[in-house]
Amino acid sequence: MAKLPGATHVSSRFYRIALVASLLVSLVLPFVVPVYYVQFLSKAMLMGILALALNLVVGYGGLVSLCHAAFFGLAGYVLALTSPASGGASIFITLPLAMIVVAAVAAVIGALSLRTRGIYFIMATLAFGEMLFYLFHDTKIGGGSDGIYIYYEPEAVIAGFRLVDLGNKTHFYFVSLGALFLTLLFLKGLVGSPFGHALAAARDNERRALSLGFPVFGLRLAAFVISAVIAAVAGYLSAAQFGFVAPQMLGWHLSATVLVMVVLGGLSSLVGPLVGAIALMGLEEVLKSLFDNWKLVKGLIIIALVFLLPGGLQQLGALVMPERGEAPDTTGEAVEEKAHG
Amino acid sequence: MAEILLRAEGLHRRFGGLMAVGGVSLDVHRGEVHAVIGPNGAGKSTLINLLSGDIPVSSGRVTLGDRDVTTLPPNRRAMAGIGRSYQKTTIFQTSTVHENVRLAAQAHSGHALRLFGHVVNDHAVNEAAEAAIAEVGLSTRSGTIARFMSHGEQRQLEIAMVLATRPRVILLDEPLAGMGQAEAQRMIALIARLKEARAVLLVEHDMDAVFALADRLTVMADGEVIASGTPTEVRSHPAVRAAYLGDHGEVA
Repeated sequence: MAKLPGATHVSSRFYRIALVASLLVSLVLPFVVPVYYVQFLSKAMLMGILALALNLVVGYGGLVSLCHAAFFGLAGYVLALTSPASGGASIFITLPLAMIVVAAVAAVIGALSLRTRGIYFIMATLAFGEMLFYLFHDTKIGGGSDGIYIYYEPEAVIAGFRLVDLGNKTHFYFVSLGALFLTLLFLKGLVGSPFGHALAAARDNERRALSLGFPVFGLRLAAFVISAVIAAVAGYLSAAQFGFVAPQMLGWHLSATVLVMVVLGGLSSLVGPLVGAIALMGLEEVLKSLFDNWKLVKGLIIIALVFLLPGGLQQLGALVMPERGEAPDTTGEAVEEKAHG
Repeated sequence: MAEILLRAEGLHRRFGGLMAVGGVSLDVHRGEVHAVIGPNGAGKSTLINLLSGDIPVSSGRVTLGDRDVTTLPPNRRAMAGIGRSYQKTTIFQTSTVHENVRLAAQAHSGHALRLFGHVVNDHAVNEAAEAAIAEVGLSTRSGTIARFMSHGEQRQLEIAMVLATRPRVILLDEPLAGMGQAEAQRMIALIARLKEARAVLLVEHDMDAVFALADRLTVMADGEVIASGTPTEVRSHPAVRAAYLGDHGEVA
């Protein structure tokens, strides 16, 4: 944050050029690369949206959530369960429905988990995420551990006119790109707004934020729900892309992977998590084609990156174990008072 | 008689087996500095935390004007008009002076949590912030990151943040702690100005400052009030001399 005025100017110019360049590249790319990579890029962008969503609570809210995959997967299941057997579901009905269902679930999980702090918040969100995982894994609601197929992709039809064909890989690519762009735009507005500044203030010093009059609990709950709804959009599109949902989509393994993307990209910047998502998924693709034991190599590379990148792991550590005395803690006060006497 | 802005009645706070505050009653009037003094461990900080809502009371009542605020959480009390500083400087260390005070002004702007519109363009809030920064004399430091400032300046900043919330009652927990002579003099002058149209409750160990500032005093020991009144009355109170000074001390 402590930037010189000149440095800010240069970096914002660089930022703008980079933004325009990557936008141009992303518009041309689907026409020049093989279909496999068009699909891969769509998938990477959806992971990017999920990482951006997670970073609203992790980076800006200071809350490390391990249940965002559950929101992602739940939205996929909403699509799968509402898709008729004979044709595609309407995206204009099922997407808002998925967002509403996830918002409601996130509100309940958030309201309970946000009563805890630091490592306990991670544990609480992990537990709720796993509950949703087992709900679909161990019951017949969504085909159990086998998952369910979505035989017809959702349709975007208004008054008989088909806007896009989600079955077409190029169309799907542009839908994902549009969703990513809207997410970035929305989050950029949000973090600069009074709400975004209040959220960051609560992260930096909860006690001071409260004593200035900010309803910290409500702020965090709102951020948690907004973040979950964005994750739901990514999950819905992901289910539509592959025509298949399975419990693994909700599991903590995916939550942790997305957290790694966020940390790799940097917690304190808006586009960082997107860079982290694309970098991690690109790395996977490259390693898959080079090594048989690619997961082992990937693990070693991630460990090296997390240790070497400035800020990455330390920032996360600071969130898990906040400095003593920052959060209101009545028992701590008692000890302090005693120590004075 | 002056208007009572803040009143505490029979406040108790127990921490496990320890009675930190045991039945404290006091009131703070508009336009006065009411100082609370007492030896370490007397329960002064706990009292401030009970008044601000940082710690809930075990029993007793806190009223702000005509309003019972006993059960309100700290953020709701701040919105109702109670501002406070902490014994350990409590500011947003990595933000600029302007952003620190701007947040305080934003919280009381009527659109504290709006989801749209960049804060840079909110002129009413920015002006309110700059006015509060000017009032404590930090205008030239507006763009400085808080943690790069001296301890004294950080405490001035904390006061500016409190002012930007437009409080009717200000609670100050040892505002002079750790300050040098010159810094302390500036802070004393600042506190003297704060009481205009507001009520100030001051907890402080620096007796020179207390007797320079206080219109009335409450003396606490072991969580209870042992004396209260004007500085002159308190100075000559036998219980104060016994509890606070030992038998042979001389106040101020």
